[in-house]
Amino acid sequence: MNKKVDGQNSKILFSEKVDIGSKGPVNLTVADPNHMFFEAKRKACFLTGSEVIKEAIRRANLDMSVAYPITPQSEAAALIGELYAEGYLKEYFRGESEFAVMGQCAGAAFGGARVFTTTAGPGTLRAMENFPMWAGSRLPIQVCVTCRGINSPLSIQPDTLELYYMLETGALVWHAETAQDLYDWILGGFMVAEQPDVHLPLALACDGFFVTHTKDNVMIQEDELCLPEYDPYRAPVPCMDMEVPPVRMMRDPFIMKSNYISYMTHASWQQEVRAAIERSRKHTKVVMGGSLIDTENLDRDILLVSSGTAVSQGREAIRLLEEEGINVGLVKIKSLRPFPFEELKEATANAKTIFVPEFNVAGWLAREIKACLPDNERVIAGPQVAGGMTMPSEVIVMEIKKKLGMKVEPMSGRG
Amino acid sequence: MAVVTHPAGTMKRMNIRISGLGGQGAVTAAHILAMAANAMGKFSISNPFFGAEKRMAPAESYVRVGPDKIYDRGELVFPEVIMVFHPQVITMQKSYTAPFYSGVKKGGMIIINTDVDLLSPEDHERLDEDEVSVYNIDATTLALEIGGTELSTNMAMIGACAGVTKVVDMPALDKALKERFGKKYVASGGTATLDEAIKKKYAKKEQLLQKNFDTMEKAYEMSSKWVESSKYAPVTF
Repeated sequence: MNKKVDGQNSKILFSEKVDIGSKGPVNLTVADPNHMFFEAKRKACFLTGSEVIKEAIRRANLDMSVAYPITPQSEAAALIGELYAEGYLKEYFRGESEFAVMGQCAGAAFGGARVFTTTAGPGTLRAMENFPMWAGSRLPIQVCVTCRGINSPLSIQPDTLELYYMLETGALVWHAETAQDLYDWILGGFMVAEQPDVHLPLALACDGFFVTHTKDNVMIQEDELCLPEYDPYRAPVPCMDMEVPPVRMMRDPFIMKSNYISYMTHASWQQEVRAAIERSRKHTKVVMGGSLIDTENLDRDILLVSSGTAVSQGREAIRLLEEEGINVGLVKIKSLRPFPFEELKEATANAKTIFVPEFNVAGWLAREIKACLPDNERVIAGPQVAGGMTMPSEVIVMEIKKKLGMKVEPMSGRG
Repeated sequence: MAVVTHPAGTMKRMNIRISGLGGQGAVTAAHILAMAANAMGKFSISNPFFGAEKRMAPAESYVRVGPDKIYDRGELVFPEVIMVFHPQVITMQKSYTAPFYSGVKKGGMIIINTDVDLLSPEDHERLDEDEVSVYNIDATTLALEIGGTELSTNMAMIGACAGVTKVVDMPALDKALKERFGKKYVASGGTATLDEAIKKKYAKKEQLLQKNFDTMEKAYEMSSKWVESSKYAPVTF
């Protein structure tokens, strides 16, 4: 259980060596992120999620990206290539596979570059070995995971099962609900991941198609601003030094020395990575608007608690239920690692029934929630859909009405 | 006599399901409708749903429009309006739902690109029961005659949708069309190839925009005339 951290009145910290107001890539000006995120005037843009990723990366003062095509992230990866052509990135190329891409990203980050890449579903799993390596090596790489079903049978549609695999990699894991979350958190994500007391990779997840291919309104800074550049000298570990951890551990694997010193080194480093995730809370709250969760109407008996676009479907279900006089509250989980244990406990204190709608067959978020709440028989894992199936808000409505003992019309066979 | 399912100003959401075949521009049509609604100050989102990108395979897209922020995502299971871009959606069951009108709401609207009635007596009976109107429009012929290419079929269908439902107007569609085809647009490989294909049909970009707009407008006029004598009530938010 985490201690509650006060995120109010905090500021985003960044390198003192950065010259605010200096020239960034192309026509951009390096901005204080506090000004850029919270004060700078914004304009409404009607964009797909892929275009949103491009617009965020344009302003991220990114050094490098490596691409490998897999639906639904291919458009975003191609659009980052356009940015490279326009001069916003120093390096960009196509890797041989997702496994190669993540290794190439690691190489660039070891060398002190700010790195971003994108992947999805089977690609995430193919690359998986690299994510704990990134975390153990303390590389603040950002990977945008545009969730897609995991084979087999094949699906290219949104399904969040891959996030379950990501949870214990040692990376920070955030789950965007909307295109706006995606935009703000790509930029905020670099600032959090690169803090000296964090310095970890960030898996920024969004649901494929529902976010990446959906046109939606996003507020983007009017002025041509960009983030301060990455300062590798703020890293808590030396860059590419073969004689000290973490690179020493790769050169000199402990498996060669079966003794307690080697076990202890591994265990303590794993603990340190998890402690770094904990230390990210105070930074994360600042870029997420004060808390790792958003809440609405917590005084109600029934709450919907979820992350990603399952929250969106929940919002629509609440709207439909209100038309029938049934009042339901909402909790949106924004960060999965660190997980908002204390925040959730407090938010659900009065709830009698907690529904956890999810876009995966495992119901992993319900398990996470059950593991941290008292009286966890209140938690109902569902409704769940998988393989890319849509979760109509009408289905959530039906589940809630069934629980309340109300008569429901069968949904199948209509029309 | 119009069936008033939503008294003036009370409709909260207009859900449009577009069922077409790969290559027909169903996804682009959804984008343009949503962009037009956005340009009119309404809230809108559009999203596609397809498998591997290939010609003649089922492809669907969805447009949601309303007076408030829209969160609903994914396949549209309960639409107010269904558009069928190709007869094979019905005759060869190339849709994601069976029958293709599964889930259509009471008092809903179905617009089909066809010059003959494709529905069975049973279909008609079931749709009549739910007070669902059906409008057949030969969009492909319109596209060939005015746009000069069947690739403009989606434009005719957009015009028909706007004419029947009044969810967006022609100036907004004009703006959206210019935004989509008037400047550089990066999409998937399949969409980029199709964009190139349609651009090659015209000598100049202005011509592309004008001919496609004319196709849209003609369909808008035809369907506006049809809806006056129908029992369908256009959108009122």
